[in-house]
Amino acid sequence: MGESNGKTLLGNLIAALAGATMLAAVYMVFVYVPTDSAQGIVQRVFYFHVPIAIMTFLAFGVVAIASAMFLWKGTRTWDRLAHSSGEVGMLFCSLVLITGPILAKPIWWTWWTWDARLTTALILCLIYAAYLMMRTVTTTGEQGARYAAILGIVGAVDIPIINRSVYWWRTIHPAVLVTREGGSGLSDPRMQATLGVCFAAFFLLYVWLVWVRDENARLQDALEDLRQRVLGSR
Amino acid sequence: MFAIIRKDLLLELRTKETLTSLLLLGLLTLLVLSFAFEPGSDVRVEAAPGALWVAVVFAGVLGLSRSFLAERENECLQGLLLCPVDRGSIYLGKTAANFLFMTAAQVVVLPIFVFFFNLTVTTAFGGIILTMLLGMFGFSAVGTLFAAIAVRTRAREVMLPLLMIPLVVPLFIGGVTVTHKLLIGKGLDEVSQWLNLMLGFDVIFLVVGWLVFEYAVED
Repeated sequence: MGESNGKTLLGNLIAALAGATMLAAVYMVFVYVPTDSAQGIVQRVFYFHVPIAIMTFLAFGVVAIASAMFLWKGTRTWDRLAHSSGEVGMLFCSLVLITGPILAKPIWWTWWTWDARLTTALILCLIYAAYLMMRTVTTTGEQGARYAAILGIVGAVDIPIINRSVYWWRTIHPAVLVTREGGSGLSDPRMQATLGVCFAAFFLLYVWLVWVRDENARLQDALEDLRQRVLGSR
Repeated sequence: MFAIIRKDLLLELRTKETLTSLLLLGLLTLLVLSFAFEPGSDVRVEAAPGALWVAVVFAGVLGLSRSFLAERENECLQGLLLCPVDRGSIYLGKTAANFLFMTAAQVVVLPIFVFFFNLTVTTAFGGIILTMLLGMFGFSAVGTLFAAIAVRTRAREVMLPLLMIPLVVPLFIGGVTVTHKLLIGKGLDEVSQWLNLMLGFDVIFLVVGWLVFEYAVED
């Protein structure tokens, strides 16, 4: 019980930290940071959009590494981490695809453009939708974990190639819009500070969500083990 | 490995099921896409590369999902796995056989594509055939791995396209771009970066498939 208490404490600590930085981030985005002179008030979405996008890549990177470790070692811990990170990554990826158009419409005058980053994010979302679906269509959890791990690895290998191909594709059909936003516009130190706090907030949110999801999966596994044992002893 | 290619080809020669369905699906896709574009308009030539590659992808997905269906009946896959060969060799054999089926189907689909879309046959078709070979090889490399997986899931007909199509996006974009450029009279040297990308894709996924296939088939 001592170990589990320590774990709960650590989990609560991460939750508290994530909550505090998130509050700070919201305050900074809405009150503290000055409005961008060129892009207007909507530019504030950017402070959420970019950290979430980076966290999506982090999440799917964790999926790939945990998947490789699972196939190598075969321990359930790695699979649970991959699964949890995949679910949180999917959430973040959807958020990127939602916040993106909100930002794009007033600034680029279009909801969607087949820019390399947008296209990659969309395909990423589709690959990991299949990844999560893989868990539900297999007959046993063990099999689902292994198949999902294969897709987790193949997907990660594929992402750089996809990115390259959509990048070339758009440079060949000349883009009408300026497709690069980058951090170049953040000249004000208050803007940089806000972006930094948002990064921290979303990183902690990611860690906490994965933590909670992982605990949930661990309890599910423990319950399944217990059920097997009870059914076996009868 | 060659034994597996031989086995699959022999099975196909006796039944001709896969080849016929690949061929018909390819043709039907071209037919539907011909209806989608106004006959005789300029749009047709613009749309031609896309139509060709959609036909390749659809026919490919269907053919690939069939390739492990036969193994599933009567536990044939179990028999294959009991053979004292490396699992990677089974993968390579299956990939090669799938590639040959797709190529065989395209031998008929490509002329009909030219016919429907009223294209002039030029030397550019050498390049287009090369691109199609690269594309189909990549489809087989990715598809064989995921067909082995999809066939053992509950939603197998749906699962394979769901898994495969996002992953083969680079091949599709590459194929369409190269075909389009060659059709409007550009030289092979102008599309070499795409051909390199497709070749790189093929090599990478052949190696990845060969390495992880073991986990896809074991129980």
